[in-house]
Amino acid sequence: MTATAIMPPRRLIARTLGTPGALAGSIILVVLVFGAIFAPLISPYDPNATRVCPRLAAPSLDYVFGCDLFGRDIFSRILHGSRLSLAVGLLTVAISLIAGTLIGMVIAFLGGRVDRIGVRLLDVMLGFPAIVLAILIVAVLGVGAFNAALAVGISGIPRIARVVRSATLTLVGREFVDSARAVGASQARILRRHLLPNLMPIVIVLGSLDLGTAILSTATLSFLGLGAQPPQAEWGAMLSAGREFMRYAPWTMIFPGLALFLAVMSVNLVGDRLSHILDPRASKHD
Amino acid sequence: MTLRMPWFLRRILGIVPTLFLTWSIVFGVLQLIPGDPVMLALGGTPVSDEILDNERRRLGLDQPIYVQYLTFLKKMAVGDLGNGYSSKQPVSEMIAARVRPSLELALGGLLVGILLGVALGIAAGLRPHGWVDTATMSTALVGVSLPSFWIGMLLIYVFGLQLEWVPILGDGIDALILPSITIGLFLAGGLARLIRSALIETMTQDYIRTAHSKGLSTLRIVAKHAMRNAIIPPITLLGLQFAVLIGGAVVTERVFARAGLGSMLIDAVLTKDIPLVQGLVVYTTTAYIVINLLLELLYGIVDPRIRSRRA
Repeated sequence: MTATAIMPPRRLIARTLGTPGALAGSIILVVLVFGAIFAPLISPYDPNATRVCPRLAAPSLDYVFGCDLFGRDIFSRILHGSRLSLAVGLLTVAISLIAGTLIGMVIAFLGGRVDRIGVRLLDVMLGFPAIVLAILIVAVLGVGAFNAALAVGISGIPRIARVVRSATLTLVGREFVDSARAVGASQARILRRHLLPNLMPIVIVLGSLDLGTAILSTATLSFLGLGAQPPQAEWGAMLSAGREFMRYAPWTMIFPGLALFLAVMSVNLVGDRLSHILDPRASKHD
Repeated sequence: MTLRMPWFLRRILGIVPTLFLTWSIVFGVLQLIPGDPVMLALGGTPVSDEILDNERRRLGLDQPIYVQYLTFLKKMAVGDLGNGYSSKQPVSEMIAARVRPSLELALGGLLVGILLGVALGIAAGLRPHGWVDTATMSTALVGVSLPSFWIGMLLIYVFGLQLEWVPILGDGIDALILPSITIGLFLAGGLARLIRSALIETMTQDYIRTAHSKGLSTLRIVAKHAMRNAIIPPITLLGLQFAVLIGGAVVTERVFARAGLGSMLIDAVLTKDIPLVQGLVVYTTTAYIVINLLLELLYGIVDPRIRSRRA
């Protein structure tokens, strides 16, 4: 019954790497993840140590990406920033996916009035521009990297719930759900053992398509001063600081932006390919 | 036979519950802010209990929550958004004073987005898999990964600081060029893709072949026959993007230091000015809902088939 759902990991990886775009994306992603994991070992300087180099020094062999206003090595800060960006992105997607899947599955399964009211509320939430909803939540939670991730994660819930609800609706009428009911399975068991496994492919697709946006959105909040706060090494916050000095030291904004762009693009390229393989209908493109 | 309301009246009345629910969510979410709102209203300055009580009564915060909620809905319905904590000015006036910069930027961005998106979309759609198509579509794919604030800064650096072609600050029309391009680039990607796919589908229809066999020029066929049928999805996209933008392009305004509604929202959050946050979010979402409605009414006028749908 889950024949379409899971394919052997090795085959999945081989197929994912099958297009030039996805291959390039995967390579960049592997490099980034490697850099994030081993940042303390690779980075030449302490990311938060000030005056390790001359203020706003241009890129050189010693300081490949140059230095910021406080004499901190930008390369080391970008390397450490990748840990935060990737972790925050994953956390954000996890929040949207877990809560969204649960809500979507349950309202579709219960149906009737619960479903009608649920859909109505979800649609109203979807009427909020995404960034406005996230900012509204930050207003409640307060600023900070973790709160920004929470805000972006929560603001992504309605969309996931909406898609999962539709997908669940196509399942609840199927025979295997009826037969599970007939043999006396509890509602919780039907949700967990019969519906959830069948929803997994679409949930994975949604997650892989959302990860790039999640990284970008949390960095955006940091850029606006609502997420990670200085002196934390975070790409969005670094870009915000670099904005002040770009006339004299453009490298303070070029490299953090490039890192952010490459991270988001690599995740999008891989996610896009993954969605083609796992669920061609849910794919964003074509 | 029951008396049926005209279709447009049904649609207009249909947004009332949506508006009501949206405002309720804004009210509900902002209730969750930790801390005493009166303290926030006073800006954290320590005051005597008497003043605190007076202030609480003045703001209506001594009332039970459902009374506060009903008062809130009543005020929103007549456009009374309360007074800001820090400025003590009516929020509606504060918003009105900032609408212009946001509106200018929205229109500028829309203009760039339409010019670029339509041109690329048509060029790509007329020759699918040609070089324009391949280049446009791969750029669009990469483009969705670009942080708009980074693009904005690169534009400032190259065209404002290095080449000195355009001013990067100020209120003049030339200071609008770079921010409009920043927004327009992102609109153009989605727009080009929609126009391309709509055009590819339309160009295979029988009436297009008929038009070709009548000897009409490609330009005439695209302008008079194909575009008319391919136009609704792109208009929807643009309408909704415009609806978001008039609430303020939060990021672009920040990059270019424009004093619009977006940067006002950020400042309101940072200073914990709750009435201002509330007013701005209510304004933005309401504008979004109303523009959505106007779009639907517009389709109903353009295409009578839509009127009966979902009625």
